[in-house]
Amino acid sequence: MVQSEEVIAAIQRSIPDAKVTVDDLSGAGDHLQVKVVSSAFAGLTLIRQHQLVYSSLQSELASEAIHALALNTSTPD
Amino acid sequence: MDPNTLSRIETLINSSPIIVFMKGDKLMPQCGFSNNVVQILNALGISFQTFDVLSDMEIREGIKEYSNWPTIPQVYLKGEFIGGSDILIQMYNSGELKEKLDIALAS
Repeated sequence: MVQSEEVIAAIQRSIPDAKVTVDDLSGAGDHLQVKVVSSAFAGLTLIRQHQLVYSSLQSELASEAIHALALNTSTPD
Repeated sequence: MDPNTLSRIETLINSSPIIVFMKGDKLMPQCGFSNNVVQILNALGISFQTFDVLSDMEIREGIKEYSNWPTIPQVYLKGEFIGGSDILIQMYNSGELKEKLDIALAS
């Protein structure tokens, strides 16, 4: 179980300009749809973009506080 | 990761042009995310191999370390990790996946 604010704060610690939206798919706080928009993704493959987000959520994922994470990353238009 | 697991992973990855490390198998995916990948590849009419990580804990954890990717499923194209469920969906929707597969499988 993790609060959306914790997820947003964790991502912004490593990607400061990230605009993050978190949707709780299950209502139990462990199946999340997370959208991250950041200029830090410019020029990076999708894999690298997602790896950046995953590494900022390392502890939440390892502890299974987040059980399932659907990610969507993009650069600002 | 112990060398035996690493060599088993490399053998698996190179055993087929496309291999999906997933939970369950093509006929019985055991997880929605794994099922997404199976449906996408089926929709593109692409033949692919699968490996059920639920049957082998060493491979299940080893593959995450190998690709530096914390989740299952994981899709490999000609030995290269190309993504999990989200990325396959994003690439499928943009048409990039079909293009990437056509190019790789044609060569």
